[in-house]
Amino acid sequence: MENKIKLNPSMFEKATLEDRNAEKIKRPSIKYWPDVWRRLKQNKLAMVGLTLIVIMSVMSIVGTHINEFDYKEQNYGLINQPPDSVHWFGTDELGRDLFTRVWLGTRYSLIIGVLAAAIDFVIGVVYGGLSGMASRRVDSIMMRIAEVIYSIPYLLIVILLSVVFSQQGSGTSMFVLILAMTLTDWVPMAILVRGQVLQLKESEYSLASESLGGTRGWILKKHIIPNTLGPILVNVTLTIPRAIFAEATLGFLGLGLQPPSPSLGNLSNDGLAVMPVGIFYQIFIPALFISLIMFSFNVLGDGLRDALDPRLRK
Amino acid sequence: MEKILEVKDLAVSFKTFFGEVEAVRGISFDVHRKETIAIVGESGCGKSVTANSIMQLLPMPPAFFKGGQILFNGEDIVQKSEKEMQHIRGNQIAMVFQDPMTSLNPTMKIGKQIVEGLMKHQKLSQSDARNKAIEMLNLVAVPQPEKRIDQYPHEFSGGMRQRVMIALAMVSNPQLLIADEPTTALDVTVQAQILELMKNIQDKMDMSIILITHDLGIVADMSDKVIVMYAGQIMEQGQTDEIFKSPSHPYTKKLLASVPRLDMNRSESLHSIEGTPPDLYIPPKGCPFYDRCEDAMKICKDYMPDIDNHTNTHYSRCWLNHPMAKSKAEGSEA
Amino acid sequence: MSIITIWAVITITFFLMHAVPGNPFAKEGKMPKVVYDNLQKKYGLDKPLREQYVIYLKNVLKGDFGDSMKSRVETVNDMIERGFPVSARIGAQALLIAIVFGPALGALAALYQNKFPDYFSMVLAILGISVPSFIMGTIFIQFIAKNVSWIPIGGWGTWRHTLLPSLALAMMPLAHMARLMRSSMLEVLGQDYIKTAQSKGITKSAVILKHAVRNAILPVVSILGTTISNLLVGSFVIEKIFGIPGLGSFFTKSISNRDYTLIMGTTIFYAIILVALLFTVDLAYMFIDPRIKLTQEGR
Repeated sequence: MENKIKLNPSMFEKATLEDRNAEKIKRPSIKYWPDVWRRLKQNKLAMVGLTLIVIMSVMSIVGTHINEFDYKEQNYGLINQPPDSVHWFGTDELGRDLFTRVWLGTRYSLIIGVLAAAIDFVIGVVYGGLSGMASRRVDSIMMRIAEVIYSIPYLLIVILLSVVFSQQGSGTSMFVLILAMTLTDWVPMAILVRGQVLQLKESEYSLASESLGGTRGWILKKHIIPNTLGPILVNVTLTIPRAIFAEATLGFLGLGLQPPSPSLGNLSNDGLAVMPVGIFYQIFIPALFISLIMFSFNVLGDGLRDALDPRLRK
Repeated sequence: MEKILEVKDLAVSFKTFFGEVEAVRGISFDVHRKETIAIVGESGCGKSVTANSIMQLLPMPPAFFKGGQILFNGEDIVQKSEKEMQHIRGNQIAMVFQDPMTSLNPTMKIGKQIVEGLMKHQKLSQSDARNKAIEMLNLVAVPQPEKRIDQYPHEFSGGMRQRVMIALAMVSNPQLLIADEPTTALDVTVQAQILELMKNIQDKMDMSIILITHDLGIVADMSDKVIVMYAGQIMEQGQTDEIFKSPSHPYTKKLLASVPRLDMNRSESLHSIEGTPPDLYIPPKGCPFYDRCEDAMKICKDYMPDIDNHTNTHYSRCWLNHPMAKSKAEGSEA
Repeated sequence: MSIITIWAVITITFFLMHAVPGNPFAKEGKMPKVVYDNLQKKYGLDKPLREQYVIYLKNVLKGDFGDSMKSRVETVNDMIERGFPVSARIGAQALLIAIVFGPALGALAALYQNKFPDYFSMVLAILGISVPSFIMGTIFIQFIAKNVSWIPIGGWGTWRHTLLPSLALAMMPLAHMARLMRSSMLEVLGQDYIKTAQSKGITKSAVILKHAVRNAILPVVSILGTTISNLLVGSFVIEKIFGIPGLGSFFTKSISNRDYTLIMGTTIFYAIILVALLFTVDLAYMFIDPRIKLTQEGR
């Protein structure tokens, strides 16, 4: 291939260093957490979930005060009214305003979900952390115990405990519900934490850091914690919908919160009772809310998981 | 000797989110029967892409053939369909990959993996296939083949697994073997064994080898011809002793100089090449080695040098070969 | 291991039941003391707790769960016998649907990543994991059963009665399996051995089935245990909605009736079944993944 370029001797002069400036490594190195947040923001679905969560949380606090109805106020003249301009979500068979009840139920469901996840987190981190830092023997004993506890069917225990601690037909207290849910559910978190601790105890990070002169405490703070925090955060985010689902199932089976306290679960149950008569909004609305909450947390958890995965760095 | 493979002006690019990456930008070389050619270069120079594209093993979106031909026994295989390529793969052309720890299916028995391709190409019976597998394991010197045939990859060491990979590739007696850094992931002692093995097999089976590597020691040991690639192009090509004894291109010279030697002075620091290869999203107009070359001239930045034939087997692409450059140098000396 | 679990469940259930304040017979209204004493005797409630526990344990080992406290006619065993086949059928059908369609959908999504089958499957999957089974069931009843005449709305009898319940129950596990399969498949497809398989010149479908799917399915198998666990509990709810006379509905009713022997019996029965199934799954996993066997032997 002859390219007919006009050659002249000046072209063959040596190129200077400035002419050549060798390529610098282009991308600036980004800090960890801001980068995670940036990547999360790019995930449209996760953002939708996050937004929904925020909206619902705010509304669950504020929503009950918006109209003048109290959640247990019964009005026999207005039973089973479909949604209209006064009762925005309609009324139930005791004439209670569903708008207020649904938002209150959302509040309780969210609280239960978050608290359960928080307790799981605490127990899990403590147990898992201790197990990971402990000697081999103690660690395997602790893990065995955890395995046995975990193999007891989760919801079965939840149901049983609810049965035991509730009065007939009147549901369970929130305390018991949360207790029941956290009794066996902390194990995955513990296993996760322990795994991370073990990994990092012996990993090359520690070695490298120590050889570069870092003390144990510094290693912990700068390396171990940021790395463990990620998967833990994802786990917590995904535990919440699990707990809310459990609560909803319980409520649906008649074991939820004590009436007249509404929970999304027992609201659905109440709604189910009137469905054969052709009234749909009573089950539809709480069911929709449950689905939205679960959707939002799941999608957010997914997004977090993807955002934290270093391999997916664009 | 007849030509098995002729690569003519091959160009391969990748369509990515950020634009087109020109991984291979017009390369040409030939492979003759029973010849071993080595393609050397640093990471990202396009040698693996070249190897994979011969067998069309690149994921075709995002990769695509931008131009050129690959003539295998006279036929252009760039044009071939997936089905047609399946006839060629594992049959006439075979490949050995870099990391033996991940190149084998962990849930399939070794024996089955070895003859899987053969069974499709030649429709063997179960017992024939089994015998063939044992025969291959013998060929690559895996002890107790009858027993090991039913084992799984995790029951083999790294070196053994690579032998299995070779057996797998050789099983249908291919004309051409492409070995993509076959020993990079192995211990030095095992490396030697594997290379020895490959030489033996090549001899027995009349096979050609394309050896991709960045290890010049292996190149010196095994290859007849060397191709030096940089940033998707061939900078220099020639017989092995021509390249080692009289390298022409600045890059080649630097590569050779950067190999640590036992007879070096202790106080001499190791030679490395400063800088990094160019970004192939925006490939340079001129010589890609421009910004790392100490002898670079102004023309190097804007124009890609032509091919200069030093002998009929040795050429390089460098403006330094041009008469005008030589006179300039003489001029400044005088 | 499994035995410990079963024992734990039995013990916990027993003590929980007996920890309940109040008396199962209190609701029956006032009854003559004689009758009360006799009933107490019959159910062994007059003996110290420890003894009751041992007696119960012995009975369970014999396979006898005792008499129901509410039903005068049937024993707990009878009820279990009646209800179990029904529940088992729905559960098995749901499991089948989930196992077949879940991974299939997931694999398709991975193979056509970012194209239509991927988006479609993943939307379906997100719906599946967000919408609890009882809501799914209700939707099915509303929109399908009411509009399609040959699908009954509830109750039990023909195979058609099992259609919607099984489907509703299967949605969540199906969705989980699809998502898991998708990410597993994507990871596997990026592995080196897939390239090796391709380089042998075997057909694309052989590569996908024998190499990709074969490896990608492992994580899915490992969650089979939890899936079955969840299916079980999901079935309670489904039976309630569709009015299916299975064990789940007995269980639910026993909860509202406070029929303690029935509660205990069904719970323990469920636990045993569950543990047995989990054990089988573990065993199956050992066969499927050749790497596991070796490490077990090494112990």
